[in-house]
Amino acid sequence: MNPTDPALTICARGLSRSFGKHLAVKPLDLDVRRGEVVGLLGPNGAGKSTTMQMLTGNLAPGTGEIRICGIDLLESPKLAKARIGYLPETPPLYRELTVREYLELAARLHRVTKARLADAVSSAMAHCGLADVGRKLIGTLSKGYQQRVGIAQAIVHEPDVVILDEPTVGLDPNQILDIRRLIRELGNRQSVILSTHILPEVEAVCDRVQIMHHGEIVFSNTIAGLREFQSGRTMIVGLQHPPAPEALAAIPGVEQVEAEGEGRFRIRFAADCDPSAALVSAAGANNWGLQQLTPARSSLEDVFVHLTQDNPDKAGIPA
Amino acid sequence: MIFTIAIKELRALFASPLAWLVLTVIQVVLGYGFLRRLDDFLQIQPQLTQMASPPGFTELVAAPTFATAAAVLLFAVPLLAMRMIAEERRNQTLTLLMSAPVSMTEIVLGKFTGLMTFLLVIVLLVLAMPLMLASGTRLDFGLLAGLTLALLLLAAGFAAVGLYASSLTAQPMAAALLGFGMLLAMLFMGETAGDSLRARGWHLPAAFIQVFSPLKNFEPLGRGMIDSYAIVCALLLAVGFLLLTIRRLDGRRLRG
Repeated sequence: MNPTDPALTICARGLSRSFGKHLAVKPLDLDVRRGEVVGLLGPNGAGKSTTMQMLTGNLAPGTGEIRICGIDLLESPKLAKARIGYLPETPPLYRELTVREYLELAARLHRVTKARLADAVSSAMAHCGLADVGRKLIGTLSKGYQQRVGIAQAIVHEPDVVILDEPTVGLDPNQILDIRRLIRELGNRQSVILSTHILPEVEAVCDRVQIMHHGEIVFSNTIAGLREFQSGRTMIVGLQHPPAPEALAAIPGVEQVEAEGEGRFRIRFAADCDPSAALVSAAGANNWGLQQLTPARSSLEDVFVHLTQDNPDKAGIPA
Repeated sequence: MIFTIAIKELRALFASPLAWLVLTVIQVVLGYGFLRRLDDFLQIQPQLTQMASPPGFTELVAAPTFATAAAVLLFAVPLLAMRMIAEERRNQTLTLLMSAPVSMTEIVLGKFTGLMTFLLVIVLLVLAMPLMLASGTRLDFGLLAGLTLALLLLAAGFAAVGLYASSLTAQPMAAALLGFGMLLAMLFMGETAGDSLRARGWHLPAAFIQVFSPLKNFEPLGRGMIDSYAIVCALLLAVGFLLLTIRRLDGRRLRG
């Protein structure tokens, strides 16, 4: 992909970062286009926050370059940062300010002109459902409202790129729905990267997903791609007289066999080779007593766990 | 941008009870000292009139009050500066400034300006005490101007040191102690080191070490004497520690 493509709002190349000897983020590329919501998914400690800190100029990358709307973040940080809105893991809130005062400060810091200041703050407050609490001190607000103030802070200057680090953490289900609606709305006009380890969130709001694990992007696809990724290539086989798993593994096309007990096996097969027919005939010939043969509709959770658990066979996963 | 950050800092200062407490304590201590010296001055005034060129009110009452204010600032400034960076780091609010299109220099200068504005209030309150008596006595306005400038320069140096201390740790209290310790070390070492170096004939190191002798640089202006080298040294102290603070914050972004 061409790094100077005008539709690209974020373009990171070879981005990496280590802390001491620990390589927190291995060199990775990341592209986000305008009007796209990208979910950065991964277990805790996968390097999501570190990546986001680098993308927002809070942490200098060890290697690599970042372009925000074509502007080099490391060479002209001020120009680039003006186009980013960032909600870190802990919202950077000044408890002693009121919501309106705080958002005015955030807008001024992001160089919103005086003439547009009041409008920008009011519109951010309306978007985030803060219209009623403008005069309240941030310190007295509930966690959910504080999180909304954090998001309002990130969008008050109408940035091209909004980066949200676990935006729905600590919110109740209704608030989560509100925030997701807001993120979806943002995604229509701007680019959004959000990190999370909640899968339904990704399903609900993201166009694309990047799964990080041990500082690497181990999976990168659209949401539909993520769903298809494994469910189409796994099936459950139930046998009355189960043979040794090796016998099943010997059937052409079968990549992996997991015994689930009571004669049930989870079988993973290669992308272009469905072993169902071979399985049925093998079961008939060997009198295994075939009871069940169903495609496993594995949930996103399964995919996620599969991608991010430390078993050696994940080496073959397409990235 | 510096101005925006300065106002935010000033608001934060005035939103905390600490700032008001510091203002109160300073005013009580200095007010009490001022009144005692005024009392002493009134008692010895008859004898003074017999002298050929007697020291006036400004020299005998105002100057010592400013000297006391300098000593009080030694305690007050690290306390006022301690939260500026340390607490932002602890509460992780520094991210707001760091992700905004604002340079590290602007952040540090903004914080410094905010703190200096508060210290200016303290200095003005100190200045107000002798000024109140302007109608009753003849004031030496030149000396008063010198004293005010000297106190402001001293406060600037202290503030820069306090900010640097605040950037070294995420614990405000530790930052206050650290700042206080650094200032105290400068007073103990700085005041004598220059003399002992000069006594050995090492004039260049002696001239250099004077940067770290804030009280020594306070003195000439405090006597109404414009010693440009002392003024330059006082400014260098402030600029030096502000640069260190900027470097320190930049380093945090590099090291993480």
